[in-house]
Order: sequence, then C-alpha cells, then structure tokens
Amino acid sequence: MAEKFETPVLGDPTERPMPVLIPGATADLKSYVAAPAHNEALGFPAQLVEDWKPKAIGLMGDLLSRYRSLQVFMDICVKCGACTDKCHYFIGTGDPKNMPVARQDLFRSIYRRYFTPAGKLVPGLVGAKELTRETLDEWFNYFHQCSQCRRCSVFCPYGIDTAEVSMAAREMLDQLGYGQKYCNEIIGKVHKIGNNLGLPPAALADTIEGLEEDIEAETGCAVKLPIDVEGAEVLLVTPSADFFAEPHVLGLIGYAKVFHQAGISWTLSTKASEAGNFGMFIGNYAQMKKIATRIHEAARELKVKRIVFGECGHAWRVAYSFLNTLVGPWDFLDPRYPVPQHILEVTNGLIANGGIKLDRSGNDNMVLAFHDSCNVARGARMGDRPGGQFVIPREVIKASVPKLVEMCPDTTHEKTFCCGGGGGLLTDELLEIRVKGAKPRMEALKQVVDSQGVTHMASLCAICKAQFTKILPYYGYDREMVVSVHQLVSNAIIMGNND
Amino acid sequence: MTTAFAILFYVATAVFVAGLAAKIARYTLVPAPLKIPTTPAPLTKAGVVFRMAREVVVFESLFKGNKPLWIFAALFHFGLLLVLIRHARYFMETVCAPVALLQPFGLYGALLMMAGLFLLAARRVVLPRIAYITGPSDWLLLVLLMLIGVSGGAMKLFAHTDIIAVKAFMLGLMHLEMRPLPADPVLAVHLGLVALLMIIFPFSKLLHAPGIFFSPTRNQTDNPRERRHVCAWAAKLDAGRE
Repeated sequence: MAEKFETPVLGDPTERPMPVLIPGATADLKSYVAAPAHNEALGFPAQLVEDWKPKAIGLMGDLLSRYRSLQVFMDICVKCGACTDKCHYFIGTGDPKNMPVARQDLFRSIYRRYFTPAGKLVPGLVGAKELTRETLDEWFNYFHQCSQCRRCSVFCPYGIDTAEVSMAAREMLDQLGYGQKYCNEIIGKVHKIGNNLGLPPAALADTIEGLEEDIEAETGCAVKLPIDVEGAEVLLVTPSADFFAEPHVLGLIGYAKVFHQAGISWTLSTKASEAGNFGMFIGNYAQMKKIATRIHEAARELKVKRIVFGECGHAWRVAYSFLNTLVGPWDFLDPRYPVPQHILEVTNGLIANGGIKLDRSGNDNMVLAFHDSCNVARGARMGDRPGGQFVIPREVIKASVPKLVEMCPDTTHEKTFCCGGGGGLLTDELLEIRVKGAKPRMEALKQVVDSQGVTHMASLCAICKAQFTKILPYYGYDREMVVSVHQLVSNAIIMGNND
Repeated sequence: MTTAFAILFYVATAVFVAGLAAKIARYTLVPAPLKIPTTPAPLTKAGVVFRMAREVVVFESLFKGNKPLWIFAALFHFGLLLVLIRHARYFMETVCAPVALLQPFGLYGALLMMAGLFLLAARRVVLPRIAYITGPSDWLLLVLLMLIGVSGGAMKLFAHTDIIAVKAFMLGLMHLEMRPLPADPVLAVHLGLVALLMIIFPFSKLLHAPGIFFSPTRNQTDNPRERRHVCAWAAKLDAGRE
C-alpha cells in the first residue's frame, strides 16, 4: 500500500515495551475542520468567532458549572502517570500528548490559568497557560485523537475519564465555530435524513427488499424486515451501517432471522434509522437529546411495546446509560422489558429458553476471537449483573461457533482496547492514527492467530467493524476477518419449523 | 515565636478548613447530568460504598494499572497514616487506647513514608513518561513532604525537642490559650512546613483526597434503565416536550 506512514510492527501483547516518547509525532495529523454549512446546520457559529478568547473562557466556566465530572477531574489529577501507557494512540504513535494525562493537561493548563487562584498567582509553578490561538489548534488536533474509549479511566486511581475532557473540549470548539467536519456533517445528516449515512427512506426500502429476497433464496424462509409497521411489538434501532455494507448487513440479517424464528413482531423505522448518537462525541447534551428524541417519537408513532438496539458500541452506551435520562420516561412501553434492550440480550434469552435453536456447524472451520467494544465494555451493561456485557456476547458466540478463543487478558473485558476508530475518528483523513491506534488490538489478535489458529474476530459495534475492515489489510490480514456477532448467529440459526 | 506560630496555625487551619469546605461545596453543587460510572459498576448504593472503600483503602484501580506505583503509593499513604495517628497524641488531653497502641508503629510509618516519597520522586526522574508530565508543583509537594519527614525524624533521632511543651502548645491552641512553644529551630521548620502544607492543600492536587468521593465514574450506581437520572439543568430542557 502506498501510504505516507509506516504500519507499526506487532510485538508480544503480554510484554508490551514502554513506548519511546516522540514529541510531535502526531502534531500534523488533523481532522478536517467543519465547513460553515455543517456548523450552521447544528446551530454553531459558521467559523471561528472573532471574540473567541473571552467566549472560550465563558464556555469553560459554564461547562465547569454543569458537569461535576469535568470540575472534579480538573482538580484532582496528581500526575501519577498510571494512565500514561494505557492509551492505544500513545502506544501506537509515541506522541506524549497522546498520554491521557498530557491530553487532559491541554485543557487543565487553561483551567488553572483562568479558574484557580494558584494559576492566576503563580502560573509557572502549577502549569497554568494563557489561552492562545495555538491552544485552539492544539486542542482541535489532540482532542480529535482521543476516541473517548475510557480505557484510561479504568486505571486512574480517581477514575478520571479523559473522554469527559475531550467531550468538553469539542463542545467548546463547536461553540466557537471550530468544529470537526466528520462529526458535524454526520449529525446534520441524522437531522435531515434520519441516519448517519444519509440513506433516504426509498433507498432503505430498496435495500431491505433486496435483503428479504436474499434470505429467502438462501433459506427458503420468507423472513421479513418490516419497516414503519405500526403496532409491531419491537422497534429495532440499529446503526445505518447495518443497511449498507458487510459485515454489518450480515448482522442485520441475523437479527431478522432471530425475530422471525422467535415469532416476535418487529419493525424498523425510517425516522429512527440510526442507533448511533454522535451528539455524545461532540459533548453536546442538546444535540444528543435531539438525536435521541427521534427514537422516542418513532416508538410513540409506531405504538411499539419494546425498543431493541442493534450492534453498535457507542450507540449502546448512549442507549443504555443515557436514553432514559435524555428522553425518558418510557412508561408507555411494556414494563416487563428493560428500556432499551440490546439485541444480544434478546438473542441470548431466546437461546436459553429454546426460543431459537442454533447449529454450530453453520460456522464450521471458524475459530473466533471476540473484540470487546470499548463503549459497551466500560460505558454500559447487558443483562442484570455487572459484567453481563462480557458474558452475554460470549455466550451467544459460543452457542454459534465451534470454538471461541480469548485474547490476551490485558486487551479484553474492561481492559479492552479501542479498535482505533471510535469517538469521531472514523474518517479517512485520520487513517494514519487509526492504523497506529489499532496496534494493541492487532498484537493481541496476531497472538491468537499464530498460537490458536483464530480465523475471525467478532465485534458488536458498527465503528469497530468499519474500522477493522479498513485497517486489517495494513497488518496483513483479510478485511473479511471481522464479523458481526449476529452474522455468526445468522449462519448457525436453524430456520423453519423447529418443533 | 509562640505568638507567630499560634497565628500561623490559626491562619493555616482557617485556610485549610474554609478552602476545603468551598471545594467540597462546589463538588456537591455542580450536578452530574449523566450516568457515567466506569463499568462494570455496582448496581446498588451499598455496592458503590464497597467500590469506593476498595479505591480509598487498597487503591484498586491503581493496582490494576501499575504495580510498582501501587507499592510506592501504598508505602507513602499508609506510612503517612501511621505517622498521623502517632501525632494524634499532641491533640488529646489523655491519649486514647488505639492511638497509644499504634504509637510504636508510627516510627515504622515514618520510614515507610520516606521510602515511598523517595521512590515516587525517583520515578519522576527516571521514567521519561513521568518526567514529561511532572511540573514544578509536583516537585514542590514532594520536597515539602520530604522536609516535613526529615525535620520530624531529626527531632526524634538527633535533636530532641520538648514534646511535653509542644503538646501543651497545641492543646492550648485548641482552647484558645497561648502556651509557650519551645524555641527550637528544627521544630520551627517542621511546624512551619506543616502549616504551609495545610495552606496549599485546598489549592493543589492534594484535593484528590476529598475529590475521589465525588468522582462520577466511581461513585455512581449502574441503574440507568431502572431509574431515570435527571439533574436540574437537564430537567429544564424537558419542559415543553410533548
């Protein structure tokens, strides 16, 4: 591949060497700045405002008074460095500003200068810095090199979560008219068309019709993918990538087969044809709420009884952790089910009670590894016990495939690494940091490929799937090595009359 | 010297208490609008108390993150705890049994604390990553704590001071009475630096001590589907919906 950068050499994930500091290694890796049209569509200033400095300080003060996380995290870091070797972007690039504490300090140095007595009196002593135009550029650069995966927060003795800081920084940049094109353009599409990919209802209907024909040709069963059907029991909200590309779409087929076999009536919605909520990436509560409102409206209009989310990591964090806060209460839905449910909770329950039957030979010759997606692992849960988000996907995979292998424990469960493309970084101009940020996951994958003959890696997140499809070839692996969890279910599920 | 130190300690105590109270009030009043516990997280309040206790007592997250640092931090903090317990006798008329019992361990505590401080400081020199994130204020606090330890140890081992008089002075301060403080330079350094530490405390990273209890990633229950969590400013955005 003729690229300007070198793909990292993979080592042993159990003995990861200390990365050598390479200051400025990713200083020039910039996202595209949002165009005026992208910003104005979301109610942000078209471009960087004239009076950015007083406005920025005002915005920071406002966020500090509205988010306890930000206020506390700004004060309590002791610079112990427990986080310094935990970020995949630092491991992959060596740029010291990709160490979580150093990334936070880009924000903290300004906080200290304008909001603390010590920073006003003795700025040099406490690392307080003047806010300059260069600060904003540095923020734009390095806060778009954080995928908000929260891995650092697991190891911080005070639970300081860099994601909260990068969300605050992005919110400020947006309010100053200096947002990121990728996130803002996509949020615009959600508002205008209904989903991140900008698939209009007619195109959705076409796609779904094609899928129904494919499934019938393959299985002989008339499995339907209903859309906008009033009175269905379940509203399925899934990432729009599921309508668009492999392996996502194979997962969607899996959900359809599960509902079909279980006899659960369900529907998609053109209004809520997107599970993802990029409002979280830009740290903007109002946007996040507005995007979530579509789901509330769709559920009301279609008179469903349950809401189920498809495979999407960040979507599940917003759905599980925030949806009730943002647009609840959900008292018009069936109280016997949690709101919302994850499709894996549904499928796992059906496997357990015999509602669907699986035959592992449908995935013959596959040896699976499972990539825990960061926002599911550390920002949400499944089932009724802590850690259900680790157990349930593995149970479903084990029921679907002959062999599931665990990767290095430092890279799974709550210690899982981001795929490298999360949190608003899944854009082509950031390809270099995406490839380099995938290094720790690729090391762990390579180890089980070499030692245990792993052939595929399953994921339950649209961003992970898209990211791995893109970057696996850089590390010498086939792009189709990454599969949807429900793609495995789809291959294994016994169709037709099972009685 | 007695008057100067009496004033210094009243000022230091006032700054320490008022500064901490202001910060704690701030952390209490600023809302947490969203449920953001780092998962897996406890589902109940009791579970949260247990998680927080593990963080505060055995530094659970740090243990996951960095074993050598965990040892260094434990040496310092537990050493400091023993030293503080040993010093409690200066503030009580009759020394209560637990404090009396732990007296001898205070000396070992001092050694552990100094060893911890030295190792924590060494990290900041030896490891390039840690050197990169270390600023002058980090050194200031380390040196300050070391000097407090050294001056205290010096009084224990070489330059004994009249601790009966020191105790009388401290008890006097607590009862708003002026009793003479021994005019001992090592003691003056020791007490002066302690007062300085108390004044710096509410404006420094030492806020991690009260702050951890307010960290939303550690103190929230994982129950967002069961209970709707809405803060005051977010609730205002709900008005007008439907």
